[in-house]
Amino acid sequence: MRLTVNGVEHDVASPPLATLLHVLREELVVTSPKAGCQQGGCGACTVLVDGEPRRACLTAVAAVDGAEVTTVEGLGEPDALSPVQTAFHEHYAAQCGFCTSGFVMAAEALRTRSNGDLEREEIIEALSGHLCRCTGYVKIVDAVAAS
Amino acid sequence: MTEVIVAASREEAVDAFGDGEGVTVVAGGTIVMPEITHGRLAPKRALLIGRAGLAGVRSENGRTVIGAGTTLADLEDAVEPLGTCARRVADLEIRGQATLGGNLCAPPGPEGPRGDLQAALLALDAEVRSTGAGGERTEPVADFLASGPEGRLVLDVSFAEPDAAATASVRRPHAHAYTVMRVCAARTGGELRVAVSGAGPQAVRSRAVEQSGDADRVLDDVSPHDDALASAWYRSKVLPVLVRRALDDLENR
Repeated sequence: MRLTVNGVEHDVASPPLATLLHVLREELVVTSPKAGCQQGGCGACTVLVDGEPRRACLTAVAAVDGAEVTTVEGLGEPDALSPVQTAFHEHYAAQCGFCTSGFVMAAEALRTRSNGDLEREEIIEALSGHLCRCTGYVKIVDAVAAS
Repeated sequence: MTEVIVAASREEAVDAFGDGEGVTVVAGGTIVMPEITHGRLAPKRALLIGRAGLAGVRSENGRTVIGAGTTLADLEDAVEPLGTCARRVADLEIRGQATLGGNLCAPPGPEGPRGDLQAALLALDAEVRSTGAGGERTEPVADFLASGPEGRLVLDVSFAEPDAAATASVRRPHAHAYTVMRVCAARTGGELRVAVSGAGPQAVRSRAVEQSGDADRVLDDVSPHDDALASAWYRSKVLPVLVRRALDDLENR
Protein backbone atom coordinates (compact mmCIF):
# COMPACT_ATOMS: atom_id res chain seq x y z
CA MET A 1 0.00 0.00 0.00
CA ARG A 2 1.05 3.56 -0.61
CA LEU A 3 0.05 6.92 0.83
CA THR A 4 1.07 10.42 -0.11
CA VAL A 5 1.30 12.32 3.16
CA ASN A 6 1.84 16.07 2.95
CA GLY A 7 3.20 15.66 -0.57
CA VAL A 8 5.65 12.86 0.25
CA GLU A 9 4.94 9.36 -1.03
CA HIS A 10 5.36 6.47 1.41
CA ASP A 11 5.15 2.70 1.22
CA VAL A 12 2.99 1.40 4.05
CA ALA A 13 3.80 -1.86 5.80
CA SER A 14 1.12 -1.83 8.53
CA PRO A 15 -1.67 -4.43 8.31
CA PRO A 16 -4.50 -3.41 5.93
CA LEU A 17 -7.04 -3.01 8.73
CA ALA A 18 -4.72 -0.77 10.76
CA THR A 19 -6.27 2.64 11.08
CA LEU A 20 -4.93 5.56 9.12
CA LEU A 21 -4.28 7.15 12.51
CA HIS A 22 -2.04 4.26 13.56
CA VAL A 23 -0.14 4.37 10.27
CA LEU A 24 0.41 8.12 10.48
CA ARG A 25 1.52 8.19 14.09
CA GLU A 26 3.29 4.86 14.59
CA GLU A 27 4.68 3.98 11.17
CA LEU A 28 5.25 7.36 9.48
CA VAL A 29 5.76 9.35 12.73
CA VAL A 30 3.38 12.10 11.67
CA THR A 31 2.07 12.95 15.12
CA SER A 32 -0.23 15.94 14.77
CA PRO A 33 -3.32 13.71 14.43
CA LYS A 34 -4.03 12.74 18.04
CA ALA A 35 -5.26 9.42 19.35
CA GLY A 36 -8.14 10.62 21.51
CA CYS A 37 -11.24 8.47 21.86
CA GLN A 38 -10.33 6.30 18.86
CA GLN A 39 -14.00 5.72 18.14
CA GLY A 40 -14.87 8.75 16.05
CA GLY A 41 -16.29 10.89 18.81
CA CYS A 42 -13.66 13.52 19.63
CA GLY A 43 -12.31 14.75 16.29
CA ALA A 44 -8.69 14.98 17.44
CA CYS A 45 -7.49 12.64 14.66
CA THR A 46 -9.15 14.57 11.80
CA VAL A 47 -7.03 14.78 8.64
CA LEU A 48 -7.79 15.55 5.01
CA VAL A 49 -8.05 12.51 2.73
CA ASP A 50 -8.04 13.66 -0.88
CA GLY A 51 -9.11 17.04 0.45
CA GLU A 52 -12.06 15.82 2.55
CA PRO A 53 -12.00 15.92 6.35
CA ARG A 54 -11.98 12.39 7.72
CA ARG A 55 -11.55 10.66 11.04
CA ALA A 56 -8.21 8.84 10.75
CA CYS A 57 -9.25 6.54 13.63
CA LEU A 58 -12.26 5.24 11.66
CA THR A 59 -10.40 4.74 8.39
CA ALA A 60 -8.77 1.41 7.52
CA VAL A 61 -5.55 2.19 5.69
CA ALA A 62 -6.40 -0.30 2.93
CA ALA A 63 -9.56 1.72 2.24
CA VAL A 64 -7.48 4.78 1.33
CA ASP A 65 -4.57 3.06 -0.44
CA GLY A 66 -3.08 5.57 -2.87
CA ALA A 67 -4.79 8.58 -1.30
CA GLU A 68 -3.33 12.00 -0.59
CA VAL A 69 -3.39 12.76 3.12
CA THR A 70 -2.86 16.22 4.57
CA THR A 71 -2.13 16.85 8.24
CA VAL A 72 -1.14 19.98 10.16
CA GLU A 73 2.49 19.25 9.23
CA GLY A 74 1.53 19.88 5.60
CA LEU A 75 -0.12 23.27 6.10
CA GLY A 76 2.51 25.87 6.91
CA GLU A 77 5.98 26.42 8.31
CA PRO A 78 6.65 27.92 11.75
CA ASP A 79 7.50 31.25 10.13
CA ALA A 80 4.85 31.00 7.42
CA LEU A 81 1.68 29.64 8.99
CA SER A 82 -1.50 29.02 6.98
CA PRO A 83 -4.28 31.61 7.45
CA VAL A 84 -6.16 29.21 9.75
CA GLN A 85 -3.04 28.52 11.82
CA THR A 86 -2.29 32.25 12.02
CA ALA A 87 -5.82 32.95 13.22
CA PHE A 88 -5.58 30.22 15.89
CA HIS A 89 -2.29 31.78 17.05
CA GLU A 90 -3.57 35.34 17.09
CA HIS A 91 -6.86 34.49 18.80
CA TYR A 92 -5.38 32.27 21.52
CA ALA A 93 -7.42 29.35 20.20
CA ALA A 94 -5.36 26.64 21.91
CA GLN A 95 -5.08 25.76 25.57
CA CYS A 96 -3.62 22.30 26.19
CA GLY A 97 -3.45 21.85 22.41
CA PHE A 98 -4.58 18.23 22.22
CA CYS A 99 -7.67 18.99 20.12
CA THR A 100 -6.05 21.76 18.09
CA SER A 101 -4.85 19.68 15.15
CA GLY A 102 -8.32 18.30 14.57
CA PHE A 103 -9.96 21.72 14.84
CA VAL A 104 -7.37 23.23 12.48
CA MET A 105 -7.91 20.54 9.83
CA ALA A 106 -11.70 20.86 10.10
CA ALA A 107 -11.33 24.64 9.78
CA GLU A 108 -9.05 24.23 6.76
CA ALA A 109 -11.71 22.09 5.09
CA LEU A 110 -14.41 24.60 6.01
CA ARG A 111 -12.36 27.45 4.54
CA THR A 112 -11.82 25.46 1.34
CA ARG A 113 -15.58 24.93 1.04
CA SER A 114 -16.52 28.54 1.83
CA ASN A 115 -14.16 31.43 1.43
CA GLY A 116 -16.28 34.37 2.48
CA ASP A 117 -17.65 35.49 5.81
CA LEU A 118 -19.20 32.71 7.83
CA GLU A 119 -21.97 33.00 10.39
CA ARG A 120 -20.94 31.76 13.83
CA GLU A 121 -23.68 29.14 13.61
CA GLU A 122 -22.15 27.77 10.39
CA ILE A 123 -18.76 27.51 12.07
CA ILE A 124 -20.19 25.85 15.15
CA GLU A 125 -22.06 23.35 12.98
CA ALA A 126 -18.92 22.57 10.95
CA LEU A 127 -16.87 22.03 14.11
CA SER A 128 -19.57 20.21 16.06
CA GLY A 129 -17.80 16.86 15.90
CA HIS A 130 -14.77 18.22 17.75
CA LEU A 131 -14.31 18.23 21.49
CA CYS A 132 -12.13 20.66 23.44
CA ARG A 133 -11.91 19.38 27.01
CA CYS A 134 -10.39 22.70 28.08
CA THR A 135 -13.72 24.11 26.80
CA GLY A 136 -11.98 26.82 24.80
CA TYR A 137 -14.67 26.88 22.14
CA VAL A 138 -15.29 30.64 22.04
CA LYS A 139 -11.69 31.41 21.07
CA ILE A 140 -11.67 28.60 18.52
CA VAL A 141 -14.82 29.90 16.82
CA ASP A 142 -13.38 33.45 16.95
CA ALA A 143 -10.24 32.19 15.20
CA VAL A 144 -12.10 30.38 12.46
CA ALA A 145 -14.34 33.40 11.89
CA ALA A 146 -11.22 35.57 11.49
CA SER A 147 -9.28 33.12 9.31
CA MET B 1 -4.61 -13.37 10.50
CA THR B 2 -7.40 -11.49 8.81
CA GLU B 3 -7.90 -11.93 5.09
CA VAL B 4 -8.65 -8.49 3.68
CA ILE B 5 -10.36 -8.00 0.33
CA VAL B 6 -10.65 -4.53 -1.19
CA ALA B 7 -13.42 -4.84 -3.77
CA ALA B 8 -12.90 -2.69 -6.86
CA SER B 9 -16.33 -3.35 -8.35
CA ARG B 10 -19.80 -4.44 -7.39
CA GLU B 11 -19.15 -7.88 -8.97
CA GLU B 12 -15.99 -8.32 -6.93
CA ALA B 13 -17.85 -7.34 -3.77
CA VAL B 14 -20.69 -9.80 -4.47
CA ASP B 15 -18.27 -12.63 -5.30
CA ALA B 16 -16.08 -12.01 -2.28
CA PHE B 17 -19.09 -11.79 0.04
CA GLY B 18 -20.46 -15.13 -1.15
CA ASP B 19 -22.87 -16.45 1.48
CA GLY B 20 -21.47 -14.01 4.01
CA GLU B 21 -20.08 -16.74 6.27
CA GLY B 22 -17.30 -15.22 8.40
CA VAL B 23 -17.26 -11.98 6.39
CA THR B 24 -17.11 -8.59 8.10
CA VAL B 25 -18.13 -5.79 5.76
CA VAL B 26 -16.32 -2.48 6.15
CA ALA B 27 -17.88 0.45 4.29
CA GLY B 28 -17.47 3.84 6.00
CA GLY B 29 -15.99 2.12 9.04
CA THR B 30 -17.70 4.32 11.59
CA ILE B 31 -19.19 1.39 13.51
CA VAL B 32 -16.85 -1.49 12.63
CA MET B 33 -13.43 0.14 12.89
CA PRO B 34 -13.58 0.98 16.62
CA GLU B 35 -14.65 -2.61 17.28
CA ILE B 36 -11.55 -3.86 15.46
CA THR B 37 -9.19 -1.25 16.92
CA HIS B 38 -10.26 -1.96 20.47
CA GLY B 39 -10.06 -5.73 20.00
CA ARG B 40 -13.77 -6.47 20.37
CA LEU B 41 -13.97 -7.83 16.82
CA ALA B 42 -11.38 -9.96 15.03
CA PRO B 43 -12.70 -10.61 11.51
CA LYS B 44 -11.72 -13.81 9.70
CA ARG B 45 -12.35 -12.06 6.40
CA ALA B 46 -12.86 -8.34 5.98
CA LEU B 47 -14.50 -7.04 2.83
CA LEU B 48 -13.84 -3.36 2.15
CA ILE B 49 -16.51 -1.99 -0.16
CA GLY B 50 -15.73 1.73 -0.16
CA ARG B 51 -14.38 1.51 -3.70
CA ALA B 52 -16.80 -1.10 -5.02
CA GLY B 53 -18.95 1.37 -6.91
CA LEU B 54 -21.92 0.90 -4.61
CA ALA B 55 -22.43 4.62 -4.02
CA GLY B 56 -24.76 6.93 -5.90
CA VAL B 57 -28.36 8.04 -6.25
CA ARG B 58 -30.34 7.48 -9.44
CA SER B 59 -33.89 7.32 -10.74
CA GLU B 60 -35.19 4.09 -12.19
CA ASN B 61 -38.77 3.40 -13.32
CA GLY B 62 -40.09 6.27 -11.24
CA ARG B 63 -38.28 5.15 -8.12
CA THR B 64 -35.26 6.62 -6.36
CA VAL B 65 -32.48 4.06 -6.04
CA ILE B 66 -29.73 4.75 -3.51
CA GLY B 67 -26.58 2.64 -3.51
CA ALA B 68 -25.65 1.08 -0.18
CA GLY B 69 -22.28 2.82 -0.22
CA THR B 70 -23.80 6.30 -0.52
CA THR B 71 -22.63 8.46 2.36
CA LEU B 72 -25.04 10.18 4.69
CA ALA B 73 -23.52 13.49 3.58
CA ASP B 74 -24.79 12.73 0.09
CA LEU B 75 -28.29 12.08 1.48
CA GLU B 76 -28.66 15.39 3.28
CA ASP B 77 -30.79 16.76 0.43
CA ALA B 78 -32.63 13.50 -0.21
CA VAL B 79 -36.42 13.30 -0.29
CA GLU B 80 -38.08 13.85 3.09
CA PRO B 81 -38.07 12.48 5.71
CA LEU B 82 -34.79 10.79 4.69
CA GLY B 83 -32.95 14.09 4.17
CA THR B 84 -33.73 15.41 7.64
CA CYS B 85 -32.74 12.10 9.25
CA ALA B 86 -29.41 12.12 7.38
CA ARG B 87 -28.67 15.74 8.30
CA ARG B 88 -29.17 15.01 11.99
CA VAL B 89 -26.68 12.14 12.19
CA ALA B 90 -23.51 12.96 14.14
CA ASP B 91 -21.28 15.59 12.51
CA LEU B 92 -20.23 16.37 8.95
CA GLU B 93 -17.04 14.31 9.08
CA ILE B 94 -18.90 11.23 10.28
CA ARG B 95 -21.63 11.84 7.71
CA GLY B 96 -18.90 11.97 5.06
CA GLN B 97 -17.83 8.43 5.97
CA ALA B 98 -20.96 6.67 7.24
CA THR B 99 -23.09 4.92 4.62
CA LEU B 100 -26.75 4.11 4.02
CA GLY B 101 -25.98 0.38 4.07
CA GLY B 102 -24.15 0.63 7.36
CA ASN B 103 -26.99 2.58 8.91
CA LEU B 104 -29.49 -0.04 7.77
CA CYS B 105 -27.36 -2.88 9.16
CA ALA B 106 -26.34 -1.09 12.37
CA PRO B 107 -26.78 -3.25 15.45
CA PRO B 108 -28.14 -1.55 18.55
CA GLY B 109 -25.27 0.28 20.26
CA PRO B 110 -24.15 -0.39 23.83
CA GLU B 111 -25.64 2.88 25.07
CA GLY B 112 -28.47 3.65 22.72
CA PRO B 113 -30.25 2.81 19.50
CA ARG B 114 -28.49 3.27 16.16
CA GLY B 115 -29.83 3.29 12.64
CA ASP B 116 -31.23 6.81 12.50
CA LEU B 117 -32.41 6.37 8.88
CA GLN B 118 -34.48 3.26 9.48
CA ALA B 119 -37.74 4.99 10.40
CA ALA B 120 -37.49 7.19 7.31
CA LEU B 121 -36.99 4.14 5.09
CA LEU B 122 -39.98 2.40 6.72
CA ALA B 123 -42.17 5.45 6.21
CA LEU B 124 -41.07 5.60 2.56
CA ASP B 125 -42.01 1.92 2.12
CA ALA B 126 -38.47 1.31 0.84
CA GLU B 127 -37.26 -1.96 -0.63
CA VAL B 128 -33.83 -3.37 0.11
CA ARG B 129 -31.83 -5.27 -2.48
CA SER B 130 -29.18 -7.51 -0.98
CA THR B 131 -27.04 -10.48 -1.86
CA GLY B 132 -25.91 -13.49 0.16
CA ALA B 133 -26.90 -17.14 0.51
CA GLY B 134 -29.42 -17.93 -2.24
CA GLY B 135 -28.28 -14.97 -4.32
CA GLU B 136 -29.82 -11.58 -4.79
CA ARG B 137 -33.19 -10.70 -3.28
CA THR B 138 -35.35 -7.63 -2.92
CA GLU B 139 -37.65 -7.25 0.06
CA PRO B 140 -39.48 -4.57 2.05
CA VAL B 141 -37.22 -2.81 4.53
CA ALA B 142 -39.44 -4.05 7.38
CA ASP B 143 -38.70 -7.66 6.39
CA PHE B 144 -34.99 -6.92 6.07
CA LEU B 145 -34.91 -5.39 9.54
CA ALA B 146 -36.91 -8.26 10.98
CA SER B 147 -34.61 -10.98 9.61
CA GLY B 148 -31.47 -8.96 10.32
CA PRO B 149 -28.41 -8.15 8.24
CA GLU B 150 -26.51 -11.34 9.10
CA GLY B 151 -25.35 -13.04 5.93
CA ARG B 152 -26.59 -10.23 3.67
CA LEU B 153 -24.66 -7.58 1.75
CA VAL B 154 -26.94 -4.63 1.02
CA LEU B 155 -26.61 -3.42 -2.56
CA ASP B 156 -29.17 -0.65 -2.74
CA VAL B 157 -32.41 0.74 -1.37
CA SER B 158 -35.26 2.07 -3.48
CA PHE B 159 -38.54 3.86 -2.91
CA ALA B 160 -41.15 5.97 -4.67
CA GLU B 161 -41.37 9.59 -3.64
CA PRO B 162 -44.30 10.12 -1.25
CA ASP B 163 -46.97 12.76 -1.80
CA ALA B 164 -46.10 14.30 1.56
CA ALA B 165 -43.81 13.52 4.46
CA ALA B 166 -43.04 14.83 7.93
CA THR B 167 -40.85 13.97 10.88
CA ALA B 168 -40.48 14.91 14.53
CA SER B 169 -37.80 14.01 17.04
CA VAL B 170 -36.56 14.63 20.52
CA ARG B 171 -34.18 17.53 20.17
CA ARG B 172 -30.67 16.16 20.23
CA PRO B 173 -28.40 18.34 22.34
CA HIS B 174 -25.06 17.27 20.96
CA ALA B 175 -23.53 16.05 17.72
CA HIS B 176 -22.16 12.93 19.35
CA ALA B 177 -25.38 11.38 20.63
CA TYR B 178 -27.66 9.12 18.66
CA THR B 179 -31.17 10.44 18.12
CA VAL B 180 -33.18 9.64 21.24
CA MET B 181 -36.42 9.05 19.35
CA ARG B 182 -37.78 10.00 15.96
CA VAL B 183 -41.12 9.58 14.25
CA CYS B 184 -41.38 9.62 10.46
CA ALA B 185 -44.67 9.82 8.59
CA ALA B 186 -45.39 9.73 4.88
CA ARG B 187 -48.53 9.69 2.77
CA THR B 188 -48.65 8.15 -0.69
CA GLY B 189 -51.89 7.86 -2.65
CA GLY B 190 -54.00 8.18 0.48
CA GLU B 191 -52.01 5.56 2.39
CA LEU B 192 -50.40 6.73 5.63
CA ARG B 193 -47.22 5.13 6.93
CA VAL B 194 -45.79 5.93 10.35
CA ALA B 195 -42.54 4.58 11.81
CA VAL B 196 -40.57 5.11 14.98
CA SER B 197 -36.85 4.83 15.60
CA GLY B 198 -35.14 5.00 18.96
CA ALA B 199 -37.80 3.14 20.89
CA GLY B 200 -36.35 -0.34 20.51
CA PRO B 201 -33.41 -2.16 18.98
CA GLN B 202 -34.66 -1.30 15.49
CA ALA B 203 -37.17 1.03 13.92
CA VAL B 204 -40.76 -0.24 13.72
CA ARG B 205 -43.96 0.75 11.94
CA SER B 206 -46.97 1.72 13.95
CA ARG B 207 -49.92 0.18 12.16
CA ALA B 208 -52.21 1.18 15.03
CA VAL B 209 -51.51 4.86 14.34
CA GLU B 210 -51.73 4.35 10.59
CA GLN B 211 -55.18 2.79 10.88
CA SER B 212 -56.64 5.00 13.61
CA GLY B 213 -54.85 8.32 13.12
CA ASP B 214 -54.69 8.39 16.94
CA ALA B 215 -51.19 9.32 18.14
CA ASP B 216 -51.68 7.69 21.56
CA ARG B 217 -52.14 4.30 19.88
CA VAL B 218 -48.41 4.28 19.03
CA LEU B 219 -47.82 2.50 22.33
CA ASP B 220 -49.84 -0.45 20.96
CA ASP B 221 -46.94 -1.16 18.60
CA VAL B 222 -43.94 0.11 20.53
CA SER B 223 -42.65 -0.91 23.95
CA PRO B 224 -40.20 1.80 24.97
CA HIS B 225 -37.05 0.71 26.75
CA ASP B 226 -34.51 2.15 29.18
CA ASP B 227 -31.05 3.01 27.97
CA ALA B 228 -28.34 5.60 28.57
CA LEU B 229 -30.18 8.20 26.49
CA ALA B 230 -33.62 8.07 28.09
CA SER B 231 -35.85 6.03 30.38
CA ALA B 232 -38.75 3.91 29.18
CA TRP B 233 -41.08 6.19 31.19
CA TYR B 234 -39.78 9.29 29.38
CA ARG B 235 -40.04 7.61 26.01
CA SER B 236 -43.61 6.46 26.66
CA LYS B 237 -44.64 10.02 27.59
CA VAL B 238 -42.87 11.75 24.70
CA LEU B 239 -43.48 9.31 21.86
CA PRO B 240 -47.23 10.08 21.42
CA VAL B 241 -46.34 13.80 21.37
CA LEU B 242 -43.83 13.22 18.58
CA VAL B 243 -46.38 11.19 16.62
CA ARG B 244 -48.94 13.98 17.02
CA ARG B 245 -46.44 16.58 15.83
CA ALA B 246 -45.47 14.52 12.80
CA LEU B 247 -49.13 13.88 11.89
CA ASP B 248 -50.04 17.56 12.34
CA ASP B 249 -47.10 18.56 10.18
CA LEU B 250 -48.10 16.01 7.55
CA GLU B 251 -51.66 17.35 7.59
CA ASN B 252 -50.41 20.84 6.74
CA ARG B 253 -48.32 19.77 3.76
